[in-house]
Amino acid sequence: MTTLTEAPPPLAPAASEPKPQRRRGRWTPYWLLLPGILWLLVFFALPMIYQASTSVQTGSLEEGYKVTWHFATYWDALSEYWPQFLRSVAYAAAATVLCLVLGYPLAYLIAFRAGRWRNLIMILVIAPFFTSFLIRTLAWKTILADGGPVVGALNTLHVLDVTNWLGWTAGDRVLATPLAVVCGLTYNFLPFMILPLYTSLERIDGRLHEAAGDLYARPVTTFRKVTFPLSMPGVVSGTLLTFIPAAGDYVNAELLGSTDTRMIGNVIQTQFLRILDYPTAAALSFILMAAILLMVTFYIRGSGTEDLV
Amino acid sequence: MKTTSSGGDVRLTGISKTYGSFTAVHPLDLTVPQGSFFALLGASGCGKTTTLRMIAGLEEPSSGTVHLGEQDVTALPPYKRPVNTVFQSYALFPHLDIFENVAFGLRRRGIRSVKKQVEDMLELVQLGEQARKKPHQLSGGQQQRVAVARALINHPKVLLLDEPLGALDLKLRRQMQLELKRIQTEVGITFVHVTHDQEEAMTMADTIAVMNAGRVEQLGSPTDLYENPRTTFVANFLGTSNFIEAEIDSKSGDEIVLKAGGGKLVLSEARCGAPAPTGGRVLVGVRPEKISLTHADDAGEIPEGRNRITGKIADSSFIGVSTQYVVDSPVCSDFEVYAQNIDRDPRLVPGAEVVLHWNPAHTFGLDASQDAEAGVEEAA
Repeated sequence: MTTLTEAPPPLAPAASEPKPQRRRGRWTPYWLLLPGILWLLVFFALPMIYQASTSVQTGSLEEGYKVTWHFATYWDALSEYWPQFLRSVAYAAAATVLCLVLGYPLAYLIAFRAGRWRNLIMILVIAPFFTSFLIRTLAWKTILADGGPVVGALNTLHVLDVTNWLGWTAGDRVLATPLAVVCGLTYNFLPFMILPLYTSLERIDGRLHEAAGDLYARPVTTFRKVTFPLSMPGVVSGTLLTFIPAAGDYVNAELLGSTDTRMIGNVIQTQFLRILDYPTAAALSFILMAAILLMVTFYIRGSGTEDLV
Repeated sequence: MKTTSSGGDVRLTGISKTYGSFTAVHPLDLTVPQGSFFALLGASGCGKTTTLRMIAGLEEPSSGTVHLGEQDVTALPPYKRPVNTVFQSYALFPHLDIFENVAFGLRRRGIRSVKKQVEDMLELVQLGEQARKKPHQLSGGQQQRVAVARALINHPKVLLLDEPLGALDLKLRRQMQLELKRIQTEVGITFVHVTHDQEEAMTMADTIAVMNAGRVEQLGSPTDLYENPRTTFVANFLGTSNFIEAEIDSKSGDEIVLKAGGGKLVLSEARCGAPAPTGGRVLVGVRPEKISLTHADDAGEIPEGRNRITGKIADSSFIGVSTQYVVDSPVCSDFEVYAQNIDRDPRLVPGAEVVLHWNPAHTFGLDASQDAEAGVEEAA
């Protein structure tokens, strides 16, 4: 708007004009960045620093906490809660794999086969977000209720015998077992898998499929050699968007699980809000963050997707 | 998959394609002889690419059959057909390097030792050094050559080329035309080439099928199509033609004498593509470069026996090797004449009265019921 009012008359000497414009132009990007940077500073960087300092404090609620650089909290937290860490990783990994297996065919269908139904299916994928995360998870409590139709059907089909043997369920129950928690995680994070998968599949040039067919690749081979490798960016971002929040999740384990299925998120929540042991909770949070960062780094390196796109 | 030395023609019989109520290709019969360089030429939307895709198996014909040699391949999916395609804008696999792109077809057919073959093929298209690069690291011309190599390495019975040079700039396109022609001569595989560029088709192809609105207008060698167009569409799409509507006055031997705007024109009966009853009308065509231009003052010097009409130069443009004149004459308002710049007559400037004359043998006759302007737009 300002450039419009300050635009020189058409015949004015051009040489005098660019200077002030360039000076203003040079600072424009920084001004535009400022709100975002401030936001990150106040709501991300400061809390992180505060948590980091909390994690090395000692003391008690009554006497107050002081920074004593007590790094042993980290070691104590890890040695006490490593089973919950492992469980979190295992559940999140299982949910991620399930999301990939369920989400890939759906994303493929939307990208290549849906035609005029594409938008409708996309809306159906996103629709669950219109209700609260909590409500949807509670609904699963009803779905998996003891003696309900789902459990009954699984029992009749002897699926429960298999899952019992694997240790995923116990007796005639699905609720309060690892299976229920993984089901909840899968359900809640499925859209985060489908959307990036769809985006990367949709970007694949249809002629590449034709070219592969033309070069003697059967449809299955075309998928294996062309479509899937080209959808790797979507697979990687989809799995990350599923795995990372799933590993830190506590709602599913809280509502669908039992004390035997507690994930690290539940431990952190309890430490913060019930036991009020802030240093341990902060240390656990940082350990979780570091662990996920490490795993993600290795994963991205291993998948070799920097090369794609 | 093995190529036999004879009977490798591509035969399309009554093949057609309709999309709902739109007919992309009307039932058409076409035979492409083995080893020939065949061009399907036409403006966009004329059905040439659809025809090509039906040969490749990428499009299912609504009727008719496709034969490769003795084999009926109509019902075969693309991956079972011994044909390969060079796609428009190449469709190279972006995640594979050049070597693996070229090796793709061989590997799919379970061939283990591909190294030697791929290297030889990359040598043929002069890309030996680029084997380990990704497609996006190559220039347009190089990508185009990879696409050709990727298809040719499979020794298909037929190589299908879908506007393969469309994305290249003019100079590179000329170079690649010669290159493709060289490769075709070298490997002896049948090439079916789809293009909208008439010059490209004429440079490369042995036989051209000119397509218009889902039908083949005319089929023949480049010279044949150029010298003896059978429709105004072909006459205008390949090069430029001047048309005069004339009345048939009389016939003597194999010569037809025509009346046009008070003058007389002679047309050889063999070159008249329309029924020619006395009193009927025909469109008389002549190519701009066949015509000589003489200033009206020197009209007496024009030899006897040439077709002649008079007019006035409306416009002239000098383009180096030749000068292109537009002449306004009573029988045709914008007669185009291309004159070689050998001995330029300084009097031939806009406004000058001139006589246009040409050898009657260069005249062709067409059915007068068609639009004389057909194909002018498309060729532009």
